[in-house]
Amino acid sequence: MSKITIPFGPQHPALKEPENFMLVLEGEQITSAGINLGYNHRGMEKAAEERTYLQDLYLIERVCGICSHSHTTCYITNVEELAKCETPKRALAIRTLIGELERVHSHLLWLGVAGYEMGFETLFMYTWRDREQVLDCLELLSGNRVHYSINTIGGVRRDITAEQKTEVKKRINYLMERTNYYIKLATEEPTVLARTQKVGKLPLDVAIERGAVGPTARASGLARDVRKDEPYLIYNELDFKVITHNTCDVFGRLVVRALELVESYKMIHQVIDNLPEGPIAVKVPMKIAPGEAVNHYEAPRGEDIHYLKSNGTDKPERLKVRAPTLANLQSVAYMMEGGWLADVPLVIAAIDPCMSCTDRAAVWDAKKGKTEVYSWEEMRKMGIEHYKRRGVDFSKL
Amino acid sequence: MKIPARVFSEVIKHLFKKPATSSYPFTPAKPAAQFRGRIDFDSSKCIGCQMCVRVCPAKAIEIPLSKEQPPAPVQVEGQPIVPAKKKFDCIMRLGSCVYCWQCAETCPKKALITTQDFELASVNRKELTRHYK
Repeated sequence: MSKITIPFGPQHPALKEPENFMLVLEGEQITSAGINLGYNHRGMEKAAEERTYLQDLYLIERVCGICSHSHTTCYITNVEELAKCETPKRALAIRTLIGELERVHSHLLWLGVAGYEMGFETLFMYTWRDREQVLDCLELLSGNRVHYSINTIGGVRRDITAEQKTEVKKRINYLMERTNYYIKLATEEPTVLARTQKVGKLPLDVAIERGAVGPTARASGLARDVRKDEPYLIYNELDFKVITHNTCDVFGRLVVRALELVESYKMIHQVIDNLPEGPIAVKVPMKIAPGEAVNHYEAPRGEDIHYLKSNGTDKPERLKVRAPTLANLQSVAYMMEGGWLADVPLVIAAIDPCMSCTDRAAVWDAKKGKTEVYSWEEMRKMGIEHYKRRGVDFSKL
Repeated sequence: MKIPARVFSEVIKHLFKKPATSSYPFTPAKPAAQFRGRIDFDSSKCIGCQMCVRVCPAKAIEIPLSKEQPPAPVQVEGQPIVPAKKKFDCIMRLGSCVYCWQCAETCPKKALITTQDFELASVNRKELTRHYK
């Protein structure tokens, strides 16, 4: 049978965000898939260099609408590390609380999107209606529904009162009940099973090889979670499990996210019940001492890495964001190969892609006046040379 | 265990429930008490320190000197000359503002007043630049 290449995106009814997949088809079956990025590049890292640390906080928040708290928390941990500031315990607890509420809102959103992509719109309508409860919680605590702006350098901006605690608990209890129903629904409803089982397979060894992160990796049986591996904020004091699943398909990713919701509810209750007393913020000077910092954070979609370099002024010299979707895109290409064309939207949706997070860099050669693409080997060579100059030799690895 | 049409009973139940949505423009929406809305300005408190301008992430504020300045107070004999208090305006670009309230938190004299207004959309571009006097 002759091969046909069809472009999927950047504008496509089944794809909500601009990204291009070149699918090579043999009949209905995909033989290979290529991914092209860069349709949503906004130059945020460069823009961050022009603004002060405090202004950057609001810029970084807008890297992504869903994981806005993840990006700011990761960025602010870097800033506080460089400023050698001791953030109050209460502020860290509030950050954790907002972070978990954000995970709930992101996973519920994904559950709805997955329902929509598999043609089960009842699930989509119900989950999105229930998601309003967690958005109301976030509005109640921080003031905003999406860009919470609760972080500030040295702490948080809003305190939590006793009434807010009871209100949040009430809503979380309702969500807990609903989530248990969705878990039952997802594991018993034949529509869901038929559309998700054995679709978008990603075996454990491939997940490791391609560097999958977050629920995508955990659904392949890889227990990789920054909250457990290297606890930040107050996660070392919380009692929670890392959810993994061994079916390695879209169904596994659905189950992992649904069970993670339950873990998040547990953590929210723990944080609210044991909220430490004390101030919520400390003063940090505008100018930050020169240095470099790297931190990672378990965003709802996976591991988010921020790198920050300061030069002694009130503006950063360099900021680099590695969003979880970029790490997972390599796996998407593998998942689609051998699958059916009709499953493509669901397989792409299964990693919960966020293109506005992902599109970061293009190499522009000013002398030649064109953009360049580096191969994996070239990147590796450059990386080894870079570390050699700093006295670390990786060439034997 | 596969149960066909597992969701059906839930769907039937929902037929007898009130809709979850509200008919917004007809019934007013009330944001939470903590909601961040439009920033208002009190000229009598402003000292023109430009802190809000420097801190704004969206560069949405300008604090120019007012065109009409209050007259200098009458000099009392024997006392040193008291300089006239300068009066400042505030130009707020609502289209650029990200409603983070950082300016209001930074203002040392609390001259920027926080409100809960959110219905600020307009078809007239001029209305998006508010000149508070």
